Amino acid sequence: MTRVHDMGGRFGDGPINPEAEDAAIFAEDWHARALAVTLASGFLGQWNIDTSRHAREQLSPKDYTRFSYYEKWISGLADLLVAKGVLTLEDLRGETSVEDHPLAERMLKAQAVAAALAKGGPADRNSNIAAQFEVGQMVQTVRPSANRLVDGGHTRLPSYAAGAQGRIVRLHGTHVLPDSNAHGLGEAPEPLYAVSFRASELWADPEHAKDEVVLDLWQSYLEPA
Amino acid sequence: MPHDHSDHPHALLPPEPALRVKALETILTRKGLIDPAALDEIIDTYQNKIGPQNGARVVAKAWSDPAFKAALLEDATPVVAELGYYGRQGEHMVVVENTPEQHNMVVCTLCSCYPWPLLGIPPGWYKSDAYRARAVREPRRVLAEFGVTLAEDTAVRVWDSTAEIRYLVLPMRPEGTEGLGEEDLAALVTRDSMIGTGLPKEAS
Repeated sequence: MTRVHDMGGRFGDGPINPEAEDAAIFAEDWHARALAVTLASGFLGQWNIDTSRHAREQLSPKDYTRFSYYEKWISGLADLLVAKGVLTLEDLRGETSVEDHPLAERMLKAQAVAAALAKGGPADRNSNIAAQFEVGQMVQTVRPSANRLVDGGHTRLPSYAAGAQGRIVRLHGTHVLPDSNAHGLGEAPEPLYAVSFRASELWADPEHAKDEVVLDLWQSYLEPA
Repeated sequence: MPHDHSDHPHALLPPEPALRVKALETILTRKGLIDPAALDEIIDTYQNKIGPQNGARVVAKAWSDPAFKAALLEDATPVVAELGYYGRQGEHMVVVENTPEQHNMVVCTLCSCYPWPLLGIPPGWYKSDAYRARAVREPRRVLAEFGVTLAEDTAVRVWDSTAEIRYLVLPMRPEGTEGLGEEDLAALVTRDSMIGTGLPKEAS
């Protein structure tokens, strides 16, 4: 019911090896290029942030695991460009010549970059779904963690927190539901909460009795405890 | 949707990552879909203009100005926007305060969500499988790998960024900094202290 990206709590990854604070922001030039090509392509307006996350999640477990971070980005992007009809398989093979592309007028120009990045893309929306829970209330997450609209679709409930009881610590307002938005099914905004779970609720061998993990979870991921 | 393929389109591009990026950039440029000068501009923004110095300024101001700190903890988004820190991946900011009783730490187990306008592009370790997998289950062992040991009775709260809310940790102000102004204070604020995997530098 889950995909390879859903790795919270997994064993076996070894030490973290943090690089120094002053390490280069992009370790390789192509990392910077991969980020920039991905952002610039997004401004063509053919998908949203949830679609692009899901494109990376749809890499096969084998590719997801062996690819470095920006390889996932560029490969997910190539797949998405084809899935959305922006490019064809022939384009990727380098078999087509230059032609007028219908989306060319949407190309992000250099002088528009600063404003486009500064504008951002807020995810809060008005919704007619009322908040069902209040701060302090105990709730239980649905189990299994899965997209209820599309089999194998995008969802933001990590499997480690499925079926767990937690306490509402914040109401963030009403936000776009990724499970719907990633699949072109509409933004379907609904209440979004920060929910705190005791470590002992999530892990067989928690490090400390007082520790907690907080997740941002949509109302449809939650039931009254 | 979703379409799962055994033969994903990306496999048609060269396998070597630098060449794969270059190939896709070339195809998109030839079709008039991306402007290489815009790519340069995006890279320049995140390499030179937006980075942890922004978050450090917010932290130093919160340490210096109680009213600012109260407003920041109440609703951070408009408060940091007023300082000019708003934009992509920072549309909904929440600032969480470290205290002797509670230490906060931020991760994104599902991808790599991170408050770009305040911290810039996340470091490699933040995006690593090891950090994503382990931060939620064993934050204290993770902190130890960053050289951080907490008091035994300090609780750890790990924030897994599963939505579009972006979290910034407000670290505790170091001892012996009473006389310092905001600029000197900001110099003590490390990137990792705002993710929660580090502590601010000590006053010299």
